[in-house]
Amino acid sequence: MDRFWRLPQNISTFGGDIDSMFRIIAWITTIVFFAVELLLVWFLFRYRYRAGRKATYTHGNNRMEVAWTAGTALIVVVLGVMSRGLWLEIKDPRHFPDPELELLVTAKQFEWNVTYPGADGRLETGDDFTIRNQLHVPVDTNVRITLRSEDVIHSFFVPQLRLKQDAVPGMSIPAWFEATVPGQYTLGCAELCGVGHYSMDASFVVHTADDWATWYAQRQTAAAGGTAANLAAGATATRERAGSPEAAAAAPSN
Amino acid sequence: MSTVATPQETGTHGTHGNHEDLPFLRKYVFSTDHKVIGIQFLFMSLLFLLLGGLLAMAMRWQLAWPTDPSRPLPGGSLLPDTMFTSGVMLPEFYNALVTMHGTIMVFFAIMPLLVGVWANYLIPLQIGADDMAFPRLNMASFWLALPAGLLMLASFAVVGGAANAGWTGYPPLSINEVYSGVKTGQQLWAISLVILGFSSLMGAVNYITTIINMRAPGMTWFRLPLSTWALFITSILLLLAVPVLAGGLIMLFFDMTFGMGFFNPATGGQPLLWQHLFWFFGHPEVYILILPAMGFVSDIIANGARKPIFGYKAMVWAIVGIGFIGWVVWGHHMFMSGMNPLLGGFFMVTTLIIAVPSAIKTFNWLGTLWGGNIRFHAPNLHAISFVALFVIGGLSGVFLAAAPVDVPLHDTYFVVAHIHYVLVGGSLFGIFAAITFWFPKMFGRMMNEPLGKLHWLLTFVFFNLTFFPMHMLGSAGMMRRLYDPTNYPHIAQYQDTNVFITISALLLFASQTLFIVNFFWSLFRGKKAPANPWQANSLEWSAPSPPPHGNWGGHMPIVHRGPYEYSSPESEEDYLMQTAPPTGKPAPVHS
Repeated sequence: MDRFWRLPQNISTFGGDIDSMFRIIAWITTIVFFAVELLLVWFLFRYRYRAGRKATYTHGNNRMEVAWTAGTALIVVVLGVMSRGLWLEIKDPRHFPDPELELLVTAKQFEWNVTYPGADGRLETGDDFTIRNQLHVPVDTNVRITLRSEDVIHSFFVPQLRLKQDAVPGMSIPAWFEATVPGQYTLGCAELCGVGHYSMDASFVVHTADDWATWYAQRQTAAAGGTAANLAAGATATRERAGSPEAAAAAPSN
Repeated sequence: MSTVATPQETGTHGTHGNHEDLPFLRKYVFSTDHKVIGIQFLFMSLLFLLLGGLLAMAMRWQLAWPTDPSRPLPGGSLLPDTMFTSGVMLPEFYNALVTMHGTIMVFFAIMPLLVGVWANYLIPLQIGADDMAFPRLNMASFWLALPAGLLMLASFAVVGGAANAGWTGYPPLSINEVYSGVKTGQQLWAISLVILGFSSLMGAVNYITTIINMRAPGMTWFRLPLSTWALFITSILLLLAVPVLAGGLIMLFFDMTFGMGFFNPATGGQPLLWQHLFWFFGHPEVYILILPAMGFVSDIIANGARKPIFGYKAMVWAIVGIGFIGWVVWGHHMFMSGMNPLLGGFFMVTTLIIAVPSAIKTFNWLGTLWGGNIRFHAPNLHAISFVALFVIGGLSGVFLAAAPVDVPLHDTYFVVAHIHYVLVGGSLFGIFAAITFWFPKMFGRMMNEPLGKLHWLLTFVFFNLTFFPMHMLGSAGMMRRLYDPTNYPHIAQYQDTNVFITISALLLFASQTLFIVNFFWSLFRGKKAPANPWQANSLEWSAPSPPPHGNWGGHMPIVHRGPYEYSSPESEEDYLMQTAPPTGKPAPVHS
């Protein structure tokens, strides 16, 4: 079924749940589709025009009305109840897990600027550094991103993460994910944002833990002006910061 | 009702023949006859349908062979350098195509084809009135719609080109020339839609008043054909939704022209405010674009199956239900917008619930076919296809309604597939059903049946080949409104699908030639139509084909029963017209 629908590889913790929900709906709708369409075709064949025959004279059947109304209502209510928890888990900041890494993603025509915390492990301090069109994260790490836009509405979309969230000027919108498979992917824009909308892509790299430590330390050093001491301090800070309470305190606002 | 008519019109109520002597201009151009206005809307909106389709072909060409100078868009070299240069379409032109295709199809093709044409043409004929309650308002409605459409087209010719911020016109992109490169085109877009909004309001007021006040003796609410019921509820939706869009558009226009800042965060505005206003209109609009087609299809399927519509009252209440619930689902367009996720949870539930009345309608159509004696004439083939395809459009909607599943699918080709299954597979097939069904009444001539069937077959096949694969492109993660899909590796691997879709779309478009040929050939050379070629029951079929000015030739119809008394034991025939006097045989027992 996944091949029929061409679902991309899933690399996020909640992506599997989204895919399960997708499959449940796909099975239900496939069954309903075949039931209805086959019934339709059967009726068209069975009750096709014959000269001299008169159609059944009936104005309906209230029991059947009640049955298919209640049946449909039951299915959609169950789907709604099943979906709601997952929806809030993904999108409601009050349900977000504690972040182990916080990034600021600022969109503008037609690029993604990713701001990483410096050695202090905190955003919006002097040692932050920003890289254009490159989103790097460590594997199996809970990442919280804050989305902003400098000009028009963009939409952060990584199909493999099963994550999409608009970036709206004037708002700071939080989102989270935890990537489970190291590799190189593409971050794209899903909201028409102007003439370069189609080429507003950035590379999205999920590092193994070791890889990440090296990469992050190097980048911090480069940003800070590069001494060996800085490099070591940066690497330590990264490890210590994992799960720190102050990181969780960053309140969403919109 | 007659208190609002001018003395001249009051005078003609008794002497319909006089109108036949009107000068050409009053009879065919500035006409107050609801039938002429309906036909004017028909020609206008079919022209826009063709233009909107042409824009789609240009988009599809680009998506199949993006920026490939060895396969330039045919005719592209005729376009100015601001659109097409050295064999390659420019991205700004592609974005204008996306925007104008959506805008033209929704506002100037499907909406007038459903409402402007059929509300005007059918309502007085189906309820047994001699015209609309406000004939001059009706005329004004058309003469606002046409300039609005021309203004929209003219925007292609202004500096900067046509609007290119999508048919949804999201600010800040739509309000700032620095971001979009378009100023005048976007302003014309807003002005044109405001004018069209006034046109819709004039129509809506008229349709509602006419249905409430001008029904023939005996035409109770529950003897109205479902087409009229659907148009009635649609008119109420228009009356309530269009002012919200117009208000939003005026604010948008002020933002882009005077820098007012309603939607611009730089001056204290809120981009999401526009989205709420737009979709508060926009989702009822979706039902405005499908309910009338549901009405036509109900009438045509009952006629084709020679059976009373199954569950008439359930069908009416389903239309009313969709009309109500349609107001509280708009937020599903904004699941990813940054709106409070708790609101998303609410809108997910309401959106799923609206599947219920849609399912009721589908099952009742099946019930109507069950036990019938089904005639497969071209109108019925289109109507049955509507049911088959609307099922797909409805089911794909369930994926999108479930908010977590919508996260990866939002703003992808899955949505494109979904809306086209509803608006083409649904609305457009409903429109083809209606045109082929009521053409004999409109023009007094039959359409060519074999040509009509061939057109149906090719349209049905190529429609599915075009739009079904888009579901998979969407679930594979292909975003909407992409000038060059090969830029993304996860989409580029499916480029062959994009080529396949484009070829299917070109064939779908080419198949429409059959309809155009059939339409014009039949208009002049078709077989003369009798008053009731389909042996149908509703009032319009008791008028001559085409009906004269005043519709009934001097005597007004009296209604004795509902519109779906097919195969009634009361009659020897398999139909029994609403106007036929009681036969004296035992009246059938209703469930």
